[in-house]
Amino acid sequence: MKAIAWHGKHDVRVDTVDDPGIVNPRDCIIKVTSTAICGSDLHLYDGYIPTMQSGDILGHEFMGEVVEVGAKSTLKKGQRVVVPFTISCGSCYHCTKQQFSACDNGLPADNQDIAQELYGQPMAGLFGYSHMTGGYAGGQAEYVRVPFSDVGPIVIPDGVEDEKVLFLSDILPTGWMAAENADIEPGDTVAVWGCGPVGLFAIQSAFLLGAERVIAIDHFPNRLKLAAKFGAETINFEESAVYEALMVMTGGIGPDAVIDSVGLEAHGFFVDNVLDQIKVSTFTGTDRAHANRQAIIACRKGGRVSMPAVYGGFVDKWPLGAFMEKGLTLKTGQTHVQRYLKPLLTAILEEKIDTTFLISHRLPLEQGPEGYRMFHDEQNEVTKIVLKPGM
Amino acid sequence: MADDAPLAATKNDKPTGLAARAVTINLPVDEVYSRFRDFAAWPSFMENVVRIDVLDERRSHWVVKAPMKGSVEWDARITEEVPGKSLAWESEPGAEVPNRGHVTFRDAGARGTVVVVTIDYDPPGGVIGKVIAKMFQREPAIQARRDLRRFKQLLETGEIATPAMNAKQFEEMGL
Repeated sequence: MKAIAWHGKHDVRVDTVDDPGIVNPRDCIIKVTSTAICGSDLHLYDGYIPTMQSGDILGHEFMGEVVEVGAKSTLKKGQRVVVPFTISCGSCYHCTKQQFSACDNGLPADNQDIAQELYGQPMAGLFGYSHMTGGYAGGQAEYVRVPFSDVGPIVIPDGVEDEKVLFLSDILPTGWMAAENADIEPGDTVAVWGCGPVGLFAIQSAFLLGAERVIAIDHFPNRLKLAAKFGAETINFEESAVYEALMVMTGGIGPDAVIDSVGLEAHGFFVDNVLDQIKVSTFTGTDRAHANRQAIIACRKGGRVSMPAVYGGFVDKWPLGAFMEKGLTLKTGQTHVQRYLKPLLTAILEEKIDTTFLISHRLPLEQGPEGYRMFHDEQNEVTKIVLKPGM
Repeated sequence: MADDAPLAATKNDKPTGLAARAVTINLPVDEVYSRFRDFAAWPSFMENVVRIDVLDERRSHWVVKAPMKGSVEWDARITEEVPGKSLAWESEPGAEVPNRGHVTFRDAGARGTVVVVTIDYDPPGGVIGKVIAKMFQREPAIQARRDLRRFKQLLETGEIATPAMNAKQFEEMGL
């Protein structure tokens, strides 16, 4: 089959590889009909995530048709399913508490060593996202082996097109959980850093969860325009000073909750970001965290910090003092996708959440490498690329 | 003053081959105990164990992969057995790699069962032998941690997680 494989920094290719097959009883195999490139795939593309190996198949946002099932899969051939990016067993302590991304058993035993060393305890497995997260082949391919297919995938009713539901795999639940983690109360003002896909879904979700105002912060005019379409007020950080603007816009109080949906590759010429950039380039630090620092400084006293953004390692000069003195609460984590699939599918079918607005480009799978380059270089115009095998 | 930390966590004069690993398994203690007590099934989740032949109630013959030389074999006997509580074994005198293991099982209520494995062995070649074994990923403490994870996976999910894309890759990768 054809698959998009990572071969190094800024080097992804279309490789021809062996077809997947059933290995464990709970597996299924799906024929991919749509798969997206995620903002977090760009962290791999830029070489920020360790433990990638040449030839690793990328992609963790995908859906398709079930073509083969293991003896203990509950799916049937021919069903259309969206697959969560987290590989979770459904039966360990964390899964029974609905903390699916903290699953004990999704990661192969040998692959758990790195996360155990780095984070203290290993996390769930992820599709197509380095060997630290399991070394599982990803969904930017014609076919994928899906472990624990009786727990993860959600069956999509006939007649609902792919593009409406594809983002259930990651960015929609991630944006939703970001808003949920902001513990929004009626009348709240929520500030969202980063109007990429997760940020834009977080904005929609924040309004659905009762926010009175949402303030969106980015520097890409097109992305801010999308944020405004959903009712957010906007701040372009290249044109306005973010802290000053927020303080005036919130009557000197600061936002009640702040959401960092930027993560470890924050843009912008700010002193701390430049220092981070030097540290990252010289391997003395791993993450650029300007947006996160700014969010903490802006957040009102006693407010909430929600962090859906991906961070991988260490960061300096994190404003721990401000965090403590103001009594902030931080909630974060990889998304517990399986927890949100049913309610969010319902919200999509009832047209409470708009998902298709995001897609700016549709390409055949074979043009995946070009898609990566475009998504990386043209972030104003390219909001989301969907790859379609056989297009 | 002595604290309550396990001996294997000591910073002072720790025996070279001593290690403790704990895992919590989301199943009742009796089930976890009886699955663990089935020595003949160990190779299904222990990567380095080629075979264990159960000789009688207390004795068994172990064939275990070893760095550089293929495998080592020894006879072991059970030295302690309290069903649902604890299990200990020790290699018979004359074993090439003298070793002993002790496992406790504790009912953890809604969380299932806590299994604590303590292993102690005399590495051939002492500290250097242990480093070499680590290089080959055959060091018992590393293996014990991975084996316990696989044991937990097998009990909790009915299978052992693998990134292998298909049966052919699984053959090449092994457990």
